[in-house]
Amino acid sequence: MSNILAIAQKELKSYFASPIAYIVIGLWALLYGYFFAAILHFFAQQSMQMNQFGMQGPQAININQQLIRPLIQNTLILILFLLPMVTMRAYSEEKRSGTIELLLTSPVSDLEIIVGKFLGAMGLYAAMLAVTLIHLGLLFVYGRPEWKPIVTAYIGLLLMGGCFISLGLFISSLTKNQIVAGMVTFGVFLLLWVITWIGSAAGPTAEKITQYLSIVDHYDDFGKGVLDTTHFIYYVSFITFGLFLTAKSVDSERWRG
Amino acid sequence: MIEVQHLTKRYGRVTAVNDVSFRVERGEILGFLGPNGAGKTTTMRILTGYMPATEGNAIVAGFDVFEQPIEAKRRTGYLPETPPLYPDMSVSEYLDFVAKIKGVASADRRARVQYVMGRTRITDMANRLCGKLSKGYKQRVGLASALIHNPDVLILDEPTAGLDPKQIIETRELIKELAGDHTIILSTHILPEVAQTCQRVVIINKGHVVAIDTPDNLTARLRGSETMYLQLDASGEDAAASLSRVPGVTRVVESDRRDGMVGYEVDSESGRDVRRDLARAVVSSGWGLLEMRPMRMSLEDVFLSLTTEEVPTPAVDASVTPEGEAVHE
Repeated sequence: MSNILAIAQKELKSYFASPIAYIVIGLWALLYGYFFAAILHFFAQQSMQMNQFGMQGPQAININQQLIRPLIQNTLILILFLLPMVTMRAYSEEKRSGTIELLLTSPVSDLEIIVGKFLGAMGLYAAMLAVTLIHLGLLFVYGRPEWKPIVTAYIGLLLMGGCFISLGLFISSLTKNQIVAGMVTFGVFLLLWVITWIGSAAGPTAEKITQYLSIVDHYDDFGKGVLDTTHFIYYVSFITFGLFLTAKSVDSERWRG
Repeated sequence: MIEVQHLTKRYGRVTAVNDVSFRVERGEILGFLGPNGAGKTTTMRILTGYMPATEGNAIVAGFDVFEQPIEAKRRTGYLPETPPLYPDMSVSEYLDFVAKIKGVASADRRARVQYVMGRTRITDMANRLCGKLSKGYKQRVGLASALIHNPDVLILDEPTAGLDPKQIIETRELIKELAGDHTIILSTHILPEVAQTCQRVVIINKGHVVAIDTPDNLTARLRGSETMYLQLDASGEDAAASLSRVPGVTRVVESDRRDGMVGYEVDSESGRDVRRDLARAVVSSGWGLLEMRPMRMSLEDVFLSLTTEEVPTPAVDASVTPEGEAVHE
């Protein structure tokens, strides 16, 4: 356990020692802020219209349903763009610079290294999400949103990001080249995002399969404030599978030399 | 302390290490000598648990590196060819991280970091970023990180590569100092290094162990006989003939000739000192003896003659190289 924490800490430190953390968090804060402002503006307009129609004022429309949920849905695409930047260097950089030799010759198991790296990346992702608490805080100051669906939405965000990160780690473990890792990761994420688009056209079976595969579709319920064990288990098993693939990839690299 | 038996590593069809066996006793420094691509790094990587062997086994500090890798790694310090430093970390941060993953107890960590920094003389660099260090300092930080958990076994892959002469001397001294408490394997393709630092040498070529012995024995054994170099101010065949009549002399070869001076290489039976008789023979013939010195074969010659063999010879037999041939190579 202490090994995992040591590696996670080292990963997190190295994100903040290089420009990566600042670029990722900076871009995220900027774009999230823009999304927030745009949706808030739209929300305010809607409320005013509602008011004019003689309803009970701004509170008549649900701030959770009309503002927070679409906001988070829209920012999922930001996560898709930014997380490859977080994971692309995780293994490829260690391989390129030879520091992987230090890790693999230390009394640390492969699994500890992988979980450590996963937690390190999750730490950075959590820092990204923490920035958004500022915007939510503003909503709490000026309105009365319900906190429970927000909590489930964030649990969902963490789990969904975890899936992306575990997959990104796996792809990063396949190559020495960060750029290759980043591009491939982004491509795979994108594919997992748009996979449902062919769903309805390809017939009911294909639709079900594509829906099941789409990481993003499983997020819907979390956003609505529903904690469904199906999705929860889907995410957890996806993360486990990603980490398992990474472990196999690291191990096979060893044999191939 | 280290026992390697029939280690073989194949990458696809290429055999990098072929049936390598050797032992290292506690506190010993073993030199791993071979040309580039001989399989030194591969053998070291197997010993450190970085990669598994295709066949054979290795026991380090009492633990099989394949069966109990974590235990073996706990007792091994490894300095790869390029020190595995994180450029974004400062030296002390880096050593602290290495101490953590090597399992140094948190109470001792600070003291260990200070100690290894002192030992490798990098204390002034403690707050510098690893990425900004010069090659020599990087190497020392690497060495410090290999020492941090006070391992029984130290495996150093070309520890002096890329250092300036002063640093090379310092590093060698440090390695020698460490030998008492640690068992050390170091690889190199620089021959004098082996002669100066190691108690025993494994010469490896194309994945095969060509010879294992002390540097002195290797030189002596390969020679098989002793060779003297004589320079006389006489010319003509009679000089060579009268030298070869000296008891114990097996062969006389004229090696160089200039300005009326002739140099001879005189082979004699090993263990028999023929210098007095040679001198007497020269003087009694009325020639001037300008120079007489033993021709010691340098480790370089041994190395070359062992590794440039046409037919790969298994282990010790390689020492039975036809005499003379070795000298000329």
